[in-house]
Amino acid sequence: MGGDIGLWGVPLAILGGAIRVSTPFLFVSLGECLTERSGRINLGLEGTLVFGAMSAYAVAYETGSPWMGVLAAMIAGSAFGLLHGWICSLPKVNDIAIGIALMLFGMGLAFFFGKSFIQPVAPDLPAINFGFWSDYTQVQAALKVNILFLIGIAASLGLWWMFRNTKIGLIIRVVGDSTDAARAMGLRPNLVRLLSTAAGGALAGVGGAYLSLYYPGSWNEGISSGQGLMAVALVIFARWNPIYCFWAALLFGGAGALGPALQSVGVTQGYYLFYAAPYVLTLAVMILTSSASKTMTGAPAELSITK
Amino acid sequence: MTNDTSKASGAIGIETVGMTMQFGNFTALDDVSIKVTPGSFHALLGENGAGKSTLVKCIMGFYHATKGQLMVDDREVEVPDPRAAHALGLGMVYQHFTLVPSLTAAENLVISRDDAPAVIDWRKEREDLAAFLDTMPFKVPLDRPVMSLAAGEKQKLEILKQLYLGRRFLILDEPTSVLTPAEADEVLGLVRNLCRAGKISVLMISHKFREVTTFADEVSILRRGAMVGGEKVSDLSTDEMAAMMVGAELPERNSDRTGELGKTILSISDIRAIDRSGLKPIEIDALNVCAGEIVGIAGISGNGQMELMEILSGQREYSEGSISIKGASYSATRSEARELCVRVLPEEPLRNACVSNMTVAENIGFRYFDVKNGGSTRFWINDREIRKKAAELVSAFKVKTTSLDSLIASLSGGNVQRAVLARELTGQVDLLVISNPCFGLDFSAVAEIRSRIIMARNSGSAVLLMSEDLDEILELSDRIIVMSEGRFAFETPAAQAEVGEIGRYMAGHH
Repeated sequence: MGGDIGLWGVPLAILGGAIRVSTPFLFVSLGECLTERSGRINLGLEGTLVFGAMSAYAVAYETGSPWMGVLAAMIAGSAFGLLHGWICSLPKVNDIAIGIALMLFGMGLAFFFGKSFIQPVAPDLPAINFGFWSDYTQVQAALKVNILFLIGIAASLGLWWMFRNTKIGLIIRVVGDSTDAARAMGLRPNLVRLLSTAAGGALAGVGGAYLSLYYPGSWNEGISSGQGLMAVALVIFARWNPIYCFWAALLFGGAGALGPALQSVGVTQGYYLFYAAPYVLTLAVMILTSSASKTMTGAPAELSITK
Repeated sequence: MTNDTSKASGAIGIETVGMTMQFGNFTALDDVSIKVTPGSFHALLGENGAGKSTLVKCIMGFYHATKGQLMVDDREVEVPDPRAAHALGLGMVYQHFTLVPSLTAAENLVISRDDAPAVIDWRKEREDLAAFLDTMPFKVPLDRPVMSLAAGEKQKLEILKQLYLGRRFLILDEPTSVLTPAEADEVLGLVRNLCRAGKISVLMISHKFREVTTFADEVSILRRGAMVGGEKVSDLSTDEMAAMMVGAELPERNSDRTGELGKTILSISDIRAIDRSGLKPIEIDALNVCAGEIVGIAGISGNGQMELMEILSGQREYSEGSISIKGASYSATRSEARELCVRVLPEEPLRNACVSNMTVAENIGFRYFDVKNGGSTRFWINDREIRKKAAELVSAFKVKTTSLDSLIASLSGGNVQRAVLARELTGQVDLLVISNPCFGLDFSAVAEIRSRIIMARNSGSAVLLMSEDLDEILELSDRIIVMSEGRFAFETPAAQAEVGEIGRYMAGHH
């Protein structure tokens, strides 16, 4: 049994919340980062996230293995990515419009197939308790870290390394920056974008699996509160850099944990305003990073929003 | 003599033998033979449309010449596509940069290689790049994103990239068009040193005489697709080159001129602006155009004519100076243009003067669709009236269209030009500003559009004509102004114009 740690509970709860809440942000933003680096925007990742959550939950329930659920979410996510990439490679197709269509499609499909999985309980993903040294339950709760969070850190380091040190990484950046230069090198921009979008979709699917299999840890229709859309803002905030994506995801996660943290230490009035923190942060990021004359540093030049 | 130059490194020589290129009935290139000896810096001079680009595209395998042969180091070769040209060691630096802006110079170089490794060992690559740069007479910063480099550095990197890829014959397509004069001199000096050192041979497309005389060893001059001269630069004077480039004969001046010179309509004073590259100033001290005259502005493209057009049509801001029309200050708003009767015919009318997804009738109606017969503006559109007027104009200007409801984009270039001309020349026209009105049109359309311009002049309009086609300027103008490097360099009455003199000013030599 732990004692009372008073107001220390607030930063601790924010830290714990940041780690817990940030994982879906992290995966979706890494997926979006990969896709956008190839010169395309996939706004459908919100739908991919929700469908990933549903398919992960369903498969984990049927097989009894949460990792099979994660795999299923990846497969479903890359299928959505392939669909987006394929439609966008047709002439005169707008990637933003397709993204919004696929977002609604993914959510609708998830609700349709997910009806029967709202009641049953699927196994959770395992977590590692880094707070074992402490007697305080709050510390233990805050430092209980899911394995997917660690995988997410590895993925952001891996993506960062890939963009710098591998031929594939450089090719993705070339395609994202100049279609003409890519063609002149004999690359096929549409193929590179198709595969990048598919891989990005798979990452977003993992984010969905985390939602339904760990935190909040069940499948229902309100499982996502717009993480997939906020991740797009997050990628801009992170300047298309996977390492910054990690820090930005933590920041957004921490902002999301602000309201519950205040509530948990007994603040009874006004805490619900802080539930809006992630959305206010999104708006603030958009306003602060906008500029009338300067182009955004790091923005892939072929993105339809930067052109 | 070829055996010692055909080893794996060092400059290679190329030669075209009777190169001819036809597009349908149009002969873009007529029996052109040029020879670039190994290690020489060869310039290719010519006006726009003289066939320079066609020639180099034939060499690089983008086009397949109708007739003629390419020789590399005195051996006949076939170049079916650019890849084959690259394999022979032929490379091209384009007018616009092909570097990837957000990648660093080192990343750009490594990824441009066909055999770039799957996992890049940057330590090894960096050593290789350093060793390669040691053999070069100039350096570029390798670790900064290319977009943060100045234009001159980028151009140096483009040339380095070609050498890094093992190219030993380089075509430079107007390599200095985006550089400041100081950068241009530096880059061209370095290129000349590379030639002197026997690393590369260069064929440079240019229309700047100063660069040719300062840096090139030999020059070939094209005019209307044919080779009109080629020798050592030191054996030719600038005047001789200018005469070959623009042609010696005066075209016949259009003789149907009537009417008297009226009072001043357009008056520009002390305009200062920046050109579209953002580097060079546009400085126009004074320009007056009177009713009943055509003032022609001649100049090689990129010397500020396009910017002057944009200033007059309100598309480009200027920092100082003033424009007035009939004494009233003018800032190119719709209501001012209507009140002062200003009409504009920009180049590429489909892009600059039409909405391509709207119909012929709607496009013709742009000047009057919101005006009542009395002259006041209206809120509700009268579609019947728009169509009636459009139908009259379509038949008066012989616009060939299947119907008034066809999209303007479906019309041929000449008919788009006629439709825009119909719109712009209807009603009272006090000032008409025109840019390259006949570019890309066939012979009959050209004759008709030119006669319409003369008719506008005869009926008392002031006409300002900008054209890259010197013959068109000479044929139509009453007064000729030569624009060079953003300023008016020379002015002459058309009746006393000398082609050689105009050519010299166009080339920037006075």
